Amino acid sequence: MNPIIQGIVTIVVGVGGCVGYFYLANTVLDRVIFPARGKDAGRNINRANAVRPWLFLFPAMFALGLYLVYPVFGSFVRSLYNRAGDEFIGLGNYASLFADETFRSAFFNNFLWVLVVPAMATFLGLLVAQLTDRLKWGNVAKSLIFMPMAISFVGASLIWKFVYANDPDIGIINAVRDSFGLNPLDPLQVPFWNNFFLMVILIWIQTGFAMVILSAALRGIPEETVEAAIIDGANPFQIFFKIKVPQIMGTIVVVWTTITILVLKVFDIVYTMTGGNFDTEILPSYMMDFMFRDDGRATAVAFVIMIVVLPVMIWNIRQARKEMR
Amino acid sequence: MDNIAGRKSSLSWAVNVTVFLLVVIWLIPTVGLFVSSFRDRDQIAVSAWWEAPFPVEQAYRARAEGTVTGGDGMWTITGNIFEVPGVAEDFGADRRPPIVAFGLRGINPGEFAAGAEVENRDNGTTTVRADGSFVFTTDENPEEEGFPRVYFVAETPPDFTMANYDTVMTGDGMLQAFVNTLTVTIPATVIPILIAAFAAYALAWMDFPGRGLLIAAVVGLLVVPLQLALVPLLKLHQQVGIGQSFVGIWLAHTGFGLPLAIYLLRNYMVGLPRDIIDSAKVDGATDFQIFVRIILPLSFPALASFAIFQFLWTWNDLLVAKVFLPSNDESWVMTVRIADDLLGSRGGDWGILAAAAFVSIAVPLLVFFTMQRYLVRGLLAGSVK
Repeated sequence: MNPIIQGIVTIVVGVGGCVGYFYLANTVLDRVIFPARGKDAGRNINRANAVRPWLFLFPAMFALGLYLVYPVFGSFVRSLYNRAGDEFIGLGNYASLFADETFRSAFFNNFLWVLVVPAMATFLGLLVAQLTDRLKWGNVAKSLIFMPMAISFVGASLIWKFVYANDPDIGIINAVRDSFGLNPLDPLQVPFWNNFFLMVILIWIQTGFAMVILSAALRGIPEETVEAAIIDGANPFQIFFKIKVPQIMGTIVVVWTTITILVLKVFDIVYTMTGGNFDTEILPSYMMDFMFRDDGRATAVAFVIMIVVLPVMIWNIRQARKEMR
Repeated sequence: MDNIAGRKSSLSWAVNVTVFLLVVIWLIPTVGLFVSSFRDRDQIAVSAWWEAPFPVEQAYRARAEGTVTGGDGMWTITGNIFEVPGVAEDFGADRRPPIVAFGLRGINPGEFAAGAEVENRDNGTTTVRADGSFVFTTDENPEEEGFPRVYFVAETPPDFTMANYDTVMTGDGMLQAFVNTLTVTIPATVIPILIAAFAAYALAWMDFPGRGLLIAAVVGLLVVPLQLALVPLLKLHQQVGIGQSFVGIWLAHTGFGLPLAIYLLRNYMVGLPRDIIDSAKVDGATDFQIFVRIILPLSFPALASFAIFQFLWTWNDLLVAKVFLPSNDESWVMTVRIADDLLGSRGGDWGILAAAAFVSIAVPLLVFFTMQRYLVRGLLAGSVK
């Protein structure tokens, strides 16, 4: 079947199925199982209302369970088996991972990414948010800096591959070097620093995200606190660092952690730019090296990523629960 | 703060300049690729994109065909280089840019300045003037031995073309990939919305034991790395007979998008005024009616926010498409087509790569600029709370 027709059919079936399920389940509950008639009418209404939330929740819970909860366990179990999946080898996959030079390098590089990208993106985002706050054309500037958010990681990689290109007639970096009389070089092959050139791409994308959220947070600061500081004779830098930043610290942390999690998941940039060569491997791209080749190792890497993300996840849940109270 | 007495003018000037510089730095990479996507391949090779509006000194090769006079061991060819077959087609009838230099060896096509009279290998002399007229004397009869080769460098005006887009769409399968991306994206955006909306309503406005726990679980699932899901789910899909297919990727995207959808929609629905819902209940409306008639229409901004998120995410996704779709010409989406095929096969062909990139980011950019309001609102609801 043609995928387009298949797509239309899927939309109709999916949407129709959802509406049908909710409507029918609701009707059956009210009319057939617990009818609001007869001598049990009152009790039946209460019973129906106790069941209804689960009717509403069921499709979502089923999908979440199958597509996100089950894989956590499924992946862990799979990672304890060998490549073919027929022999239990305990933590063998993990042992061979940690013995692998590339894995350790990927782990170290990922550590650098986590250190640099959230910090730089948040810092630049905060800077732009503050600078554009009272600017007449601030919204235009923000919109343009926000734009890379809409571009795919693959598209962004291509855009930056062009910037980094070796030929001084193509890559702007080498054009600048050329104008200083330096020989062209491939930034992606400079040992150690090439990691940072790749991070630039993600920082370029994520600064807009940080900016949008921090800009809203800055607007939410009570005007009186700033006015009081001005009257007390604080200079602009003191106002920014001692009055504004402490008040939006909570938001800064949220932005920081959100970008941190993203850093642990994005494989596209490394995959497109270097394919993990020249010592630029990170965990997500390292995992894709094993995908389709050795499921045992691939799931082991995925589980390592999960363990690294876990503290953030717990912290997020605690924050969310605190706010609900 | 820029309204402190005495500081205002100098500081706001500095702020303006800094922001302007930042915006320029942010735009340069994209603009560069965008300009290049419209440039002729030969021009990309000889001049940088920031020189695109200016004429380019481009080298050409031609045979010095013209009127032959003389004899007796020495022949003279006179003519105009722009009238030589081959070159004439390249330039068209009325385009005769000045010739800057000419040469006799392919390795150095601009060896001599236009107008100079230089000795050639055939014991004669060669002159090519700026207007294209040339005089070539040789001891080999051109009518027997063939016309000799000359190279020349001409000031070629900028050449902007849609040819790259044409090639990419027809020859490199980006049209098929575009259709595939669209096919993946639309159902993957529409289906999770409904499922999530019902769940979000239950989590926001219905009382039942375990509600808090479920909300916490959704928040936790927000950050589960997709990498974990790949191997077990692909295996599951293969076992139930879906395998690598569009149905598989729709289901996967639906599952992966749900936590954000539920979280965003619940946060929004919780903020709706309680009075409306209570008075509807007093009037005898059931939960189902309240949801369909009141909550759903009122939640439109949140629904739009999520739809934009999910649309951008599925459109731009590489990982899920690589794993859940078969790897072949018919099913490649644009990101996979670029990353796995074009970057290899079209390696240094920047015009083609640039055009491919812009075919793939045109729709997200359009969505981004027209619906930025909803996107920002969604971002704020999703992370500030």
